[in-house]
Amino acid sequence: MNYKAFLIKYAEIGIKGKNRYVFEDALCDRIAEKLKKVAEGFTVVREQGRLKVNCPDVYDYDEAINQMKKIFGVWEICPAYVIEDASWDNLAQKVGDYVEERYGNTPHTFKVEARRSDKSYPIQSPQICSDMGGVILDRFPAFKVDVHKPEITFYVEIRNFAYVYSESVKGLGGMPVGANGHAMLLLSGGIDSPVAGYMVSKRGVTIDAVYFHAPPYTSERAKQKVVDLAKLISVYTGPIKLHVVNFTDIQLAIIDKCPRDELTIIMRRYMMRIAEHFAYKNNCQALITGESIGQVASQTPQSLVATNAVCTLPVYRPVIAFDKQDIVDIAEKINTYETSIQPYEDCCTIFVAKHPVTKPYLHIIERSEKKLIGTIEELVEKAINDVEIIEVTED
Amino acid sequence: MEVYLDNAATTRVSEKATEIVEKVMRDDYGNPSSKHIKGFDAEQYIKKSAKIIADSLKVQPKELIFTSGGTESNNMALSGAAFSKMRSGKRIISTCFEHASVYSPLLALKDFGFDIDFAPVDELGHVKIDELLKLIDDNTTLISVMYVNNEVGAVQDIAAISKAVKEKKQDIIFHVDAIQAYGKYRINPKKEGIDLLSVSGHKIHAPKGSGFLYVDEKIKLRPLIFGGGQQKNRRSGTENVPAIAGLGEAVREAYEDFDKKIEHIYALKEHFLKRIGEVPGTHVNAIGENVRDTAPHIVSISFDKIKAEVLLHALEDKHVYVSSGSACSSNHPGISSTLQAINVRKDLLDSTLRFSFSRYTTVDEIDYCIDVLKELVPIYSKFTRR
Repeated sequence: MNYKAFLIKYAEIGIKGKNRYVFEDALCDRIAEKLKKVAEGFTVVREQGRLKVNCPDVYDYDEAINQMKKIFGVWEICPAYVIEDASWDNLAQKVGDYVEERYGNTPHTFKVEARRSDKSYPIQSPQICSDMGGVILDRFPAFKVDVHKPEITFYVEIRNFAYVYSESVKGLGGMPVGANGHAMLLLSGGIDSPVAGYMVSKRGVTIDAVYFHAPPYTSERAKQKVVDLAKLISVYTGPIKLHVVNFTDIQLAIIDKCPRDELTIIMRRYMMRIAEHFAYKNNCQALITGESIGQVASQTPQSLVATNAVCTLPVYRPVIAFDKQDIVDIAEKINTYETSIQPYEDCCTIFVAKHPVTKPYLHIIERSEKKLIGTIEELVEKAINDVEIIEVTED
Repeated sequence: MEVYLDNAATTRVSEKATEIVEKVMRDDYGNPSSKHIKGFDAEQYIKKSAKIIADSLKVQPKELIFTSGGTESNNMALSGAAFSKMRSGKRIISTCFEHASVYSPLLALKDFGFDIDFAPVDELGHVKIDELLKLIDDNTTLISVMYVNNEVGAVQDIAAISKAVKEKKQDIIFHVDAIQAYGKYRINPKKEGIDLLSVSGHKIHAPKGSGFLYVDEKIKLRPLIFGGGQQKNRRSGTENVPAIAGLGEAVREAYEDFDKKIEHIYALKEHFLKRIGEVPGTHVNAIGENVRDTAPHIVSISFDKIKAEVLLHALEDKHVYVSSGSACSSNHPGISSTLQAINVRKDLLDSTLRFSFSRYTTVDEIDYCIDVLKELVPIYSKFTRR
């Protein structure tokens, strides 16, 4: 059976107050965008506490579900049977037809849950439950009622039409992208940063990204890998404006002038500065990194003090307290892991000192950085001016 | 200027080969097994290519099996010979200097109880024949030696090795990976004692997906691919007629005015070697007193204090294209076993580039490459890892 409608239950939008429409509208838009890939003719409308997707006559059900499972803000997807004439006799007949079509007369335990948004409907919800239970028992003698642990729960919702459904598919949860501001992700080719971008985006934040490449120390393939990663997370986050910044000259200047064991920290401070420049330019309210406490020398709490000190925007670090394996698990779930582990060198590792500082003092780093004054400004400006912007969208 | 110096990885398909490939795809697209005239016409291309190739090797056309390229030829030769001879013995000898398409199928044979051993090479990349002979015992059925090494261009005296091997054990099957040699040398399997010879098309200006294995008529191989019985049951699957036609044409061109073409490539190599000294901190690998004892088209250079991949990408930025290690394995970063085998200094293993030429390469291009190196090497050797 191809369902004529889906009822979409959303996650935390329900608790919002007067600006709830902002969230609902964003979710409607995200659902419509995704379903457009499945077929023409889907429409998404708001209905008290739910969204309703009206389906075209012909579409690929599995693909529709698959697409909706990639939308932040969707809590549950319920494929529903639509009964336009909700008068009791017709409702009883059609609900029976639905049960027959889905389950036949094979033994099941069940209960009915009813919800009456249309308060003018002459029968109240508890009454609908028990009466509809009776209807089903009469027509399907093999069925038994079990109100505590039923195998099947039939939901009957009376709105302007009536809907019946008995199954639901779990969505991703979170909030629809576009509902909660805008942030700039520092995207490397690694495992952590795509996951960080995914997680923040899941809270409804629109994402753009910055990647630092260092030709000829990093290759065209390393850059393509980052574009591919952006493409993979854009399945969830929507289109990403990827800023590719040539970092080579800045990196070489730091190697030239500063102590080698402080290289990575100072590099990361310049990356943050440049990322923040693009963040402000794109009206972002935050930066996002994939940093995780103690994972590498530049991610110790002391190192984070040093890199954080150059930022004025908040820095979101959603995987800060995650174990590597927990990050890998998410990367596998969102399909970025395979791409992340391709062996192309990134600019952070190529000149890394054998023993980089793990507990830098901010004032010492700042003192080392003073040696760059007079050369670095021009290099940073050039890196910013020469940025390559790639509009990344899912395939 | 765009300078392509990665011809040992692959080559540009020649104009004439391209034309014939296109003609077969557009007009003579029949299945060579079809009984009608379209099938007959397609079959003629295969026969013609087989004749050209057979003539170039002074062998019979029926001794050739067309394959998808060098890797398949090597696999077919090694697995095919190993399995067909497994009743008389399960020991196979090769060298520590081989391409992955020889090395990996041999390792895979270990799973079937085969015993594999590798003979060492000297600093110029020549197999130590005495050591090789010592590895041969009564159970040894197959020997595989590379004609021209793909990373450094070292050339083996195949005839001498074969003679020594067969004097020690007459019924050994002698396989030669000639993927970097065919088209650069006049190879005569009958005279040089070669029983199996692998060749790839795309190294000699034919399309990718073309190649062949020469199999001496006395040798029976167990097929790798079973199916409709094409190529006398030795390699089923509809023949890749466009690629085979292109391969034939490319071979015809390669061996036409052969000496002139090879002289041109040697002249390029000599010019390159003469000028590479202008670039500071360079070391030429595996070339002895006489350059012409090495393959005409391959030069291996190590650079002090520069990571090969960095220099490679810096050259790329100047539109000069070269390889670090061999292109086939560049996706799997690791230290080249060839360079280790010829005792390249440890700190240079990761700092070695391969420059490889073709008959289309010009002296101007070599000069441009050297000039670019002179500019880049001092810059990039300044910043090193610690």
